[in-house]
Order: sequence, then C-alpha cells, then structure tokens
Amino acid sequence: MKIQIEYFALLKEQRGASIETIETEAANPEILYSDLKRQYSFSLEPSALKVAVNEDFANWDHSLKDGDTVVFIPPVAGG
Amino acid sequence: MQFQITDQEIKPESLRRKILRDVSGAYVSFEGLVRNHNDGKPVNGLEYSSYIPLAEKEGMRILSEAKERYSIEAAACVHRIGSLKIGEIAVWVGVSAAHRDAAFEANRYIIDQTKARVPIWKREAYLDSPAEWVNCTEDTPR
Repeated sequence: MKIQIEYFALLKEQRGASIETIETEAANPEILYSDLKRQYSFSLEPSALKVAVNEDFANWDHSLKDGDTVVFIPPVAGG
Repeated sequence: MQFQITDQEIKPESLRRKILRDVSGAYVSFEGLVRNHNDGKPVNGLEYSSYIPLAEKEGMRILSEAKERYSIEAAACVHRIGSLKIGEIAVWVGVSAAHRDAAFEANRYIIDQTKARVPIWKREAYLDSPAEWVNCTEDTPR
C-alpha cells in the first residue's frame, strides 16, 4: 500500500525531505517508524515521539490503510 | 475562541479587541518572547515550525477545555512560526472573564497545555555552537 509521510523538525532535517509517498507493508506506525529509523538513521527513539494519522493523533498500533498520511511528532517545544 | 498558527508578526492590541465582552470585568494576556539565552547558551535567534492542521485542532481542544474548566467568556491563542528575533512575540494567549481569578487560571492552563501538547518545534541558533532543535537532543532536559 501507499503511505504518505510528512516530516517535521529534526526528522525533516535527518530525512532531508519534508514529504514523501512510500510503498510499504507496515501494518501500523510502530512498524513503519522502526523501518524508517533503520533506513535513515533517525536519532529519536519512538518513546520520544507521538504519531498522527490523517491529521489527528493516533495510537502506535493503529491499522494503516492505503492512502493514509502519517506524521511522526518529535518532542514539541512551543511557547 | 480561536487558536491560530501564523507566520506574521503578532499584534496583541488587535487580538485583545476580539475577545473583550461587555460582561468581561477581567482580561489577562500572556506574551511569550524570544529571549537571548537558553540553558546558559547565548541565543542569536530562532525558528519555529509546526504541523499546522494538527496544531490548530489540538489548540482548539485546549481552548475548549479551558472554557469547560473555568468561568471565562472568551479565549484565544496565536503562535508564530518562521524566523524570529530576540524580543519578538512567539506566542500570545488572551482570556476574558467576568472575574480575574478565572482569567488568570485559564490563561495559565492554555499556555502550559500549548507548550506541552501542540505540535510546534523550536530550532535555536546559538552564538557559539551549532543550531539545535530544542528538546530533541539527548542532553536536553525534558
């Protein structure tokens, strides 16, 4: 299935891109991040992140489906 | 109620007018500013970025929670993104209420929750070391 991923902050910097669509068999965001972390040597552990699917927060075991947009959210620092 | 991410300069005077009501006996505002140091390091300037659709959604949830918890009339929050200089306003929170207690408490709630929950990131440029995404490095206290 095709999944769109948007990157922000440190992840965007480490990926060298802000958006991409990938072909993946990852059943949920947990598996997806683990694949991407290995591929792009992301420094952030999943425990430091939150995840959003289709513009809302989601659980790490949320079932992904074709056409979903996933965003991994690094530790926030607003204010 | 309004929660907005903007790349424009924040002007508190015009925002203030939007949340005042005839029943409001109290108005409390908070302005978060870019300061010239963090964790002992001199800061030269900073850059904020945001995942805007989710930031505005989560921000609206925070404002609704504040409205439920405290007896307030209106509340709004605006957070700026892009490059900011020392002294510029990064975030503004305004609350109006019949009485001051609720206005103070709700304002504090909104800024604290915004800092903790809204997907906004800060990249600090230092005078004497490489720029960093705040809270994203191992040695940054969380």
